Amino acid sequence: MTSLQKFAAMTLTGIALATVLSVAMMRTSYATQFRNIPNAVPSHQHWLGTDDLGRDRFTRLVYGTAISLSLAPIAAFISVIFAACIGGMAGYLGGAWERVITAAVELVLCMPWLFLLIAVRAMMPLNISPLLSVIVTFSLLGSLGWAASARVVCASVSSLRDSEFILRARASGTPGWRLLFVHLLPNLKPVLGAQFLISVPVFILTEANLGILGLGVSEPLPSWGSLLTELESMHGFASAPWKLVSLVLLVLVVISFQLIISSDEVSA
Amino acid sequence: MRALIIRQLLTIAATVILGGFLCAIFVRVAPGFDVDMQQLDGRLSAQAVEALRAKRQSSRNIVAFYGQYMRNALHGNFGKSLVSDHSVRQLIAERLPATIQVAGGGLALAWLIAFSLAMAVAVLRSRAADMFAMSAASLFLALPAAVIGLACVFADAPPLLAIAAIVSARLFPYVRSVLTRTGNMPHVLAARARGAGELRILFMHVLPVAAQPLLAIIGISVAVALGADIPVEALCGIPGIGQLAWQAALGRDLPVIVTLTVLVTIITVTLNSACDVAAEAVRGQHA
Amino acid sequence: MKRTVLAVLACLLLLPLGLLAQVRNELRFYLHSDPRTFDPLLVTDESSDTISFLTTGRLVCVNRETQALEPELATSWKTSRDGRTITFKLRDRVFYSDGSRFDAEDVAATIKRMMDPNTHSPFADIFGAGTLTARIVSPLEVKIISSTPVAGFDRIFDQIAIVSSRSPLKEKAALGPYFIADYKPGSFIYLKRNPNYWKRDGAGKQLPYIDGIRLEIQANRDIETLRFLRGEIDLINSLDSEHYDQIAQSAPASVHDAGPSLDSEQMWFNQVANAPIPPYKRAWFRSTNFRRAIAFAINKQDLARVAFGSHAQPAVGPISPANKFWFNRNLPPAKYDVNAAMKLLQQDRFRLDGGTLRDEGGNPVEFSIITNAGNMYRERMATMIQQDLSKIGIKVNVVTLDFPSLIERITEKFNYEAALLGNINAGLDPNEQMNMWLSSGESHQWNPREKSPETAWEAEIDKLMKAQSVSTNPAQRKKYFDRVQEIVVQQEPFIYLVNRDALSAISPSVIGAHPVVLRPETFWNIEYLRLGSNARGK
Repeated sequence: MTSLQKFAAMTLTGIALATVLSVAMMRTSYATQFRNIPNAVPSHQHWLGTDDLGRDRFTRLVYGTAISLSLAPIAAFISVIFAACIGGMAGYLGGAWERVITAAVELVLCMPWLFLLIAVRAMMPLNISPLLSVIVTFSLLGSLGWAASARVVCASVSSLRDSEFILRARASGTPGWRLLFVHLLPNLKPVLGAQFLISVPVFILTEANLGILGLGVSEPLPSWGSLLTELESMHGFASAPWKLVSLVLLVLVVISFQLIISSDEVSA
Repeated sequence: MRALIIRQLLTIAATVILGGFLCAIFVRVAPGFDVDMQQLDGRLSAQAVEALRAKRQSSRNIVAFYGQYMRNALHGNFGKSLVSDHSVRQLIAERLPATIQVAGGGLALAWLIAFSLAMAVAVLRSRAADMFAMSAASLFLALPAAVIGLACVFADAPPLLAIAAIVSARLFPYVRSVLTRTGNMPHVLAARARGAGELRILFMHVLPVAAQPLLAIIGISVAVALGADIPVEALCGIPGIGQLAWQAALGRDLPVIVTLTVLVTIITVTLNSACDVAAEAVRGQHA
Repeated sequence: MKRTVLAVLACLLLLPLGLLAQVRNELRFYLHSDPRTFDPLLVTDESSDTISFLTTGRLVCVNRETQALEPELATSWKTSRDGRTITFKLRDRVFYSDGSRFDAEDVAATIKRMMDPNTHSPFADIFGAGTLTARIVSPLEVKIISSTPVAGFDRIFDQIAIVSSRSPLKEKAALGPYFIADYKPGSFIYLKRNPNYWKRDGAGKQLPYIDGIRLEIQANRDIETLRFLRGEIDLINSLDSEHYDQIAQSAPASVHDAGPSLDSEQMWFNQVANAPIPPYKRAWFRSTNFRRAIAFAINKQDLARVAFGSHAQPAVGPISPANKFWFNRNLPPAKYDVNAAMKLLQQDRFRLDGGTLRDEGGNPVEFSIITNAGNMYRERMATMIQQDLSKIGIKVNVVTLDFPSLIERITEKFNYEAALLGNINAGLDPNEQMNMWLSSGESHQWNPREKSPETAWEAEIDKLMKAQSVSTNPAQRKKYFDRVQEIVVQQEPFIYLVNRDALSAISPSVIGAHPVVLRPETFWNIEYLRLGSNARGK
């Protein structure tokens, strides 16, 4: 680990710890509307001011961070599992299978998934809690966003397949399943780990984009996506720079993830 | 080689046909498929609303629709938009120039930026320049595409800059790592030891070897540019294909969405295959 | 070498400046979408309506300021006592933009095409089941006969654009102040001054004053505001409060708040008999006490103040006070009263059980409100209603859906509980809302297409609406419709929340502008607008 990576890891841990602590200590609810002071400037009571309905922006930022930071890894985990299964199979079987699965992966990359998202959102029961609905959204993102990782997994499995120790194991008559579980999977761990780390920021960003397009989490629950919708009326940021804090935090987290990955990727 | 090309063509055809069909199914199952936004107009009578519904009835059976669509598409007829009464072909032709300017221009600019920065880093071997370029790339990677689009709106910058920023942020680290890795290969080190100039090394020894991995990413860069095109055009109000796609999605405009998906599939899959074939050719030359 | 490059660069930079320095007599503003049609008889969307307003002629015209009816292509008119026949005397020597002459034949052809069921003209629907026929008396006189008596017969013709019967350009031959000179889909529409326009100003000078209108298509309201502030466009209609405040900060002289508009924002409960919702919930939604309690428990004052930055008024009833003639002035003002709400709920045997409201059967009161995604104001209102209702122990879930999914739920599947949407009211006359109030109507949102009225009060509304639609006595019609408003306020099938203010912005360089409440707010008197000499700095 380089010092930069250590620093990035420390930043992430720090943000996560601060979020957990703040959530534990928070006294006002993220939904309480102080209607007499909408769009207030930062003050003693409201560290980052209030939003357009008079809700405390700091509280919302803390809860939004908690939600995005805890759900994006779940989505990433789901997508890596899918990628491992599909990409691994393609790489392991090779030949015509590999071509078919690669074509399928490309197809998946070209599909208008926005529709499926809209469809699933619209088909969900109306009276479910916002938390449940955001969990479903993230899981769905996870189960759709595996294609890019699958390609990487496929490539590394097929290179492993041709590597010397596998060839030797095969020559010595090791059965297929044993080859897969004992020799291939353990060697895939670093690739899968890197893919996981790469996917987390991708899902954070996807949720943020959905939020800006108005398809994010439901009110009153905050997430980075819903907090960023404030940017749409971006005028007056020079006079209200505190509104940018959510964006800065998002960028900080995503960059930290990238820093942790970057050397892994090069070594892979 | 010819067998490879034929196989690739077959794969492309199968992928495109299947892709269009899957897309049609998605649109069909999405809720709100057979409603028209005009239905809410309080002035419309029952008959008028019925007429609006009837317009969408013809495409309810998705298998029949797709069969018909494919037959017509072979003759260059992609049907009529359900929302605007124009033919899909006309809509795309009208909007293509704007998209070529924004997405195509952005893509070209992105390659230019990524390549020249990476070359500068490789030739100059300056840590400061590298750090600067990498942090800029990381920053743009960390910003949601929609935020970059919005920033373009508020700065009143040409939207192709948004696309260029998004794509080059992904291209630069890759190009840079390819060039550095190639730069450390034995034959390059040997050339440098012989005292060859940096530019000579770059053009004679690094680029020919780096060509193959660089070719491989062209397809991906096009896909990224097309993906970023939708939010950027929608937010910046560019009358291009991306905006058309967004409006078609909101209006459940089946023929338009299917045509656009087929087009995007053709472009990306063809590019990827072409890159594969080209890479194969390059590999053959070097072997 | 260097110097040549610099010189070329300088020329390139100065060239556009030189072009821009010429005073251009051209008005610029944005349409927010492509017009769906250029056929004035098929107009349903805002952009097509704008084009139709600027390019077509009508027999009569509602003055957007006084709301009185004024002559246009007809110099005078007379409605028969039975309300079935109207006779128009037409203006002489009026020509289309292509030079062809306007006369009674055009009026007759327009009416014929409009009533043709294959045309699917939304304007034919105003006459309900009745049919219209036109009889040409002379080239300058035409009689229009309806099969049934029509209330407010003359005012309807404010909406009906007359289309040429003989011009080879068909509906593109303009009778209005402008004609369509150029159109690039998705990009812009250019309108040029109609050289044959009949209207003249007091000094006898032919109108309009402004030579051309450039309408760019731009859906993004932020860009629109930005370009307005930079002086690149001259006006913005139907501004929202966020952008109004933004412009007011740097250009307070450009913005106009004309007071409450005709538009309303409302919420309603799903009362459809066979809707796929639990029966006990349907029972709540069909209870008048429940609906009234909800209306009392929503702080409409706060909605107007917080969600719309005070650029809205708490709604009183279905008709906005902006509708001078039809608004019922005797309706009580909106009241926020949690105690009254609780009292009504207790009458229906609801009870508070430790912070949660429960019905007679012990079911906790919880429902969802659906609204369209991406509409900031509706999301704000829904979130505020959520907090208001939590004070009487009701749990509200706010769900934003994309428009097609939402429409499918409220018009076809009825799988929703409550919805929050707005009404855009273009017309003043209650006849335009027939589909909304008749229990058999498609837009009778809370329970559309009833075979027969399911409640006594809906039956009464049906009767009153039908009576007013055939009465030719305005005072009598007003009495009927006042009663309809009273019933709606008592029954709250729609809980009217706020009337947004009519906000607009127009550059001070546009002389003669006088923004009003009715559409098109800023350019209703387009013929008389001029551009000041200082207009084009850029």
